[in-house]
Amino acid sequence: MNSFRAFLALLVFPGVLYALPMGWLMLGLERKLKARFQGRIGPPLSQPFYDFVKLLAKRPVNRVASDIPLLVGLPLLAIGSTIGVFALLPVFRGESGFAGDIILLVGLMELAPLCFILAGYASRSIYGEVGATREAVVSIASNVPFLAALIAMAASAGSMHSAQIVSSTPWMVRVPAMLTILFCLPVKLRLNPFSVANAEQEVLAGPLTEFDGSRLALWELAHSLEWVALIGFTVAFAIPVRAEWYIDAAVFVLLSLVLVPLLTLLAASTARLKLAQATGMMWKWGGALAAIALVAAFFLRGGGH
Amino acid sequence: MSASERGLIYRLVERARRRSAWLYHFNAGACNGCDIELVTCLTPRYDVEQAGIKLEGSPRHADVLCVSGPVTRTTREALETIYAQMPEPKVVVAIGSCPASCNVFAGSPVIDGPVDKIIPVDIFVPGCPPRPHAIIEGIAKAIEKLSERKSETTAGAK
Repeated sequence: MNSFRAFLALLVFPGVLYALPMGWLMLGLERKLKARFQGRIGPPLSQPFYDFVKLLAKRPVNRVASDIPLLVGLPLLAIGSTIGVFALLPVFRGESGFAGDIILLVGLMELAPLCFILAGYASRSIYGEVGATREAVVSIASNVPFLAALIAMAASAGSMHSAQIVSSTPWMVRVPAMLTILFCLPVKLRLNPFSVANAEQEVLAGPLTEFDGSRLALWELAHSLEWVALIGFTVAFAIPVRAEWYIDAAVFVLLSLVLVPLLTLLAASTARLKLAQATGMMWKWGGALAAIALVAAFFLRGGGH
Repeated sequence: MSASERGLIYRLVERARRRSAWLYHFNAGACNGCDIELVTCLTPRYDVEQAGIKLEGSPRHADVLCVSGPVTRTTREALETIYAQMPEPKVVVAIGSCPASCNVFAGSPVIDGPVDKIIPVDIFVPGCPPRPHAIIEGIAKAIEKLSERKSETTAGAK
């Protein structure tokens, strides 16, 4: 992989320069549309940006000195790993990525939820711990079908190279696998029917209950980047065809923005499930979809090149 | 120093504070009348979220502390803790007649209030209960104070 191209992907598109404003836009769109669906006017699209600036300018209350490295380090690690995802997303045609990069991609993507869970425990608050436990249970339940779908795609493409998987997964596998990943998307973004971990008011603010001021701002940033990364991941793996770079980029951005209203509609029209219901749904329906993808991949598996 | 004399960052922060005030609601022994009126402000009819205001579950996330109730003996310590947990800059809005004067509970041996004996209050919204319009006006005035406040100081802080 050309290192110049990797830096470009990391810092410009779909990396930092694109992901920062896009993350704020996505969160703003989500809040605005949710308000419209509920018959309210709602905040302006720029709201998440102002929230971030305001939080960054607040001075956190002093805590025990031994807590601070964890409380600052965990959100920074979540931000860093999510930005790393952008460098590996197979958005463009050509020899981007390297053999086995799908493993690194998934690993980086899963680091942010792991930091979220650890942050809940590190904050030493009962609400943080309840939220972290819930997040851990939910993320196991959602990751089994999610990873099974990715394994099905990789097996049918006969490669662990993400660009290869994107271009040569047969439709028989791609459709059930992408449906599984779509099903996992609201769970991973902690959106309403599956907002078990960050359940507002119910467990105060979940794992982030004890985070304040600029430390909370870092988490807000990590969360907005997570939106761009997860939605971008879904979009990048859904489309097999690659054209000129500007067409690829435009399709990537447009489809990412199309997913936001759909996710918001789901969130606005449903109530929160209980932990057992949410995980049960993931195991049953996510598992069934992933099983279809795996069976299809077994029959259509790649020629072992 | 007026806002225009300050740098870009200062003006941006001031603007952000004005546009994104997060509330924390604390019931210091209120009868639930004021609490219902405060929650009404979030409904589609009043929709304070269009000004960036939202109710937060944790006091550590909040900028505005909304207190209702006359502060009973059992809630006093919780009120002090929660006020200390809120990061600077912060403002306090006392909602209803109880936090302002203890209302009908004045003189009771189990009441430690009114609120401004315990924590500094920026805005009082009287009424039993106050209408949502009045609460929104009180919060708007509090946000005005919040945006002008430096992050280090709070009026009358201990």
